[in-house]
Amino acid sequence: MEMEMEMDNIAIVGVAQTKYERRKKDQTFYEMVYEVTTRALEDSGLTLGHIDNVITVSNDFLDGRTISSMAVAEAAGGYEKNISTVEGDGTFGAFYGAMRVLGGFKSTLVVAHSKGSEGDIKYITNAMFDPIYQRSLGIDAISAAALQANTYMERYGITEVDFAKISVKNHSNAKNNPFAQLPLDLTVNDVMQSRRVADPIKLLDCSPVSDGAAAIIIANEEKVQKARTKPIWIKGIAHCAEDYFLGDRDLAHPKSLKDAAKRAYKMAGIINPREEIDVVELYDAFSYMEPLWLEGMGFCDPGQGGKMIDMKITTMDGKIPVNPSGGVLSAHPILVAGLARIIEAVLQLRGEAGDRQVQGVNKALAHGINGPCGQSHCVWILSRDK
Amino acid sequence: MARRVAIVGIGQTEHRSQRPDVNGRELIHEAVIRALEDCELTIKDIDAIVIGNMDHFESINYVDTWSVEGSGGHMKPIMKVTTGGTTGTSVAMAAYYHVASGLFDKVLAIGWEKNSESDTTGAIVTCSDPIWDRYFYSGAIPSLAAEATAYMKKYGATQEDAARVAVRDRKNALNNPYAHLRKSITIKDVLESPMLSYPIKLLDVCPRSDGACAVVFAADGMAQKIAPKPAWVRSCATRHTYTWFGDVNYDTSLESLKRASKEAYAHAGIKHPDEFDVAELYLPYSYAGLKWIEDLGFCGPGEGPGFVQEGNTDMEGKIPVNPSGGVISTNCIGATALLRVAEAAIQIMGKGDKRQVPDVKKALATGFGGCFWSDVVILSSERP
Repeated sequence: MEMEMEMDNIAIVGVAQTKYERRKKDQTFYEMVYEVTTRALEDSGLTLGHIDNVITVSNDFLDGRTISSMAVAEAAGGYEKNISTVEGDGTFGAFYGAMRVLGGFKSTLVVAHSKGSEGDIKYITNAMFDPIYQRSLGIDAISAAALQANTYMERYGITEVDFAKISVKNHSNAKNNPFAQLPLDLTVNDVMQSRRVADPIKLLDCSPVSDGAAAIIIANEEKVQKARTKPIWIKGIAHCAEDYFLGDRDLAHPKSLKDAAKRAYKMAGIINPREEIDVVELYDAFSYMEPLWLEGMGFCDPGQGGKMIDMKITTMDGKIPVNPSGGVLSAHPILVAGLARIIEAVLQLRGEAGDRQVQGVNKALAHGINGPCGQSHCVWILSRDK
Repeated sequence: MARRVAIVGIGQTEHRSQRPDVNGRELIHEAVIRALEDCELTIKDIDAIVIGNMDHFESINYVDTWSVEGSGGHMKPIMKVTTGGTTGTSVAMAAYYHVASGLFDKVLAIGWEKNSESDTTGAIVTCSDPIWDRYFYSGAIPSLAAEATAYMKKYGATQEDAARVAVRDRKNALNNPYAHLRKSITIKDVLESPMLSYPIKLLDVCPRSDGACAVVFAADGMAQKIAPKPAWVRSCATRHTYTWFGDVNYDTSLESLKRASKEAYAHAGIKHPDEFDVAELYLPYSYAGLKWIEDLGFCGPGEGPGFVQEGNTDMEGKIPVNPSGGVISTNCIGATALLRVAEAAIQIMGKGDKRQVPDVKKALATGFGGCFWSDVVILSSERP
């Protein structure tokens, strides 16, 4: 399955995201989608007429509607266009969007939405688990994550305090991001003292329930010329899924992430990610995920993820700032969150990240996950240079 | 540059109203193994997987990650694509773009549904907008009934005309060992079957089935080595013309199908649908077999009933429609539209056995779903 190929040049030329909030009472799904669709077009300088196909991202469980894509087709500008829908994180929707540009279309609009406020997240994430053997145990995203965090701590001696530092860093970064939901001044002690939700995970180790939407436009070289933004080139993309049952997995070893990162790096010609990538936006649904995913991405050896923050590598002034936006810990609109990581990477590469801008960014990594405890990972390498 | 892509392998399960002998993952596995056997590949040869079904039918969230033991997605890229009734064609198109993009050489498309584990109508009802549409267009049948009555009023088509479509598809299903409903019916049977929503009766509509379908797509250069007669993808097009059931103009043609087929024909260089040797159409109810063939250009507006009655769509006719027995004989929803593509490919590859139409060079497959949405896929024995 190793392939040597020259990928055509494709780029992200437009981005938009809503402010992420606990509850967007004043907007329906399609109003949120309309807002980001319109603003992504404005950002790119393209009109709907330049867009020849649309990918929406939604989930019937989250929306409480069968064929959840039906509610947003029109708002996403899908009328009279080739439109389709990916159910999963926005990074996967964008992956399909990119393949459609490589496969003959000229420009794909990818738009994701979700309203955590209108569903019961415990029930919705419980539905990821095996209906016969596991669901009745009450397992959900948080209790499964607790199993993973425990395995990780047990294996390498990484501690709750190490995880708390991630929460402090990312919520502090969120103060520079006007789209973030939870900009917070925290101390390690605050996180440690917060309510224990599922041992060892405490309230401030968890991402919030959020409402929001995001959109990006992916274009081929012809359409890149028509856009007014600085194109951010897609150099490497890959995703991979591992075993389903938690008991079949080594939860402290994210092997599907390792595989996806390896393939994305290869495609992008990256030999040493730690030297070549300038900023990372990763899917930290829980604080422990940041160090674990950094290990999977090859930024450090297994078990060393906790040291990245102590060595000040991942802080805003570090060598590889991780989640300058505040990450998923500071806003977690499910499905949208991965697309937001891509958007944040694009803004960093354009030099338009405002107060959260990292200096001298040439290559960025964006990341999304699907399934329990990061069963499936999607890795994007984006670049200023063609 | 987009690469050329062909279908090289097909697998489908035995479709039944209930498959208590397998769970969802085992059902998927059955189709996948058959598809791999069909093209003499192993799961190791597959670079990526696309899977689709409807979340609320089996009530499983993240089917992509749940399914890996059945689909073979372990340590592979797998993504879920879902668009309602059109899911199967959406999955096929996604697999096509996986390969056309140049990122993957051999891709597995999977559609499946275990309807026996669901309250199908209960789930479908929730596709309509909760405030504006749900009370009027609840479930699959009422909006189709609105379309059928409008068509009958406009052209004088009768319930008997529609029954002919059901009789044709169910007769064809007798030649398809995988079909769910394999019992011949008469026009009288259809007319005397229980009325569901005027003018739709029980035997005018599709059943709900348990089943899965898997199709292997491969890139130019490899496809010819894998399959002696690959089915090349010539074009695919999608139109989700409507978002609200109240916006659908039931008095005119099925706009989405008209527009999607126009684009797909142009892209494939089809000047007239006469050029198709066979069509596998997503006809969820008999009246669609009259009206929608007009929108595809098989005949003029209002000429559907005559076109069907003259036998043009029969196995020996000008353009045989649904040699497989179609949706009226088998409907495992997430797989249904993929089965149309698979059956069209089977015809091109000459693997149709008793349901084979002789010497098929060009085949048409369609998908229908959501809010009167349409997908069109055109396959050909000739490399584009």
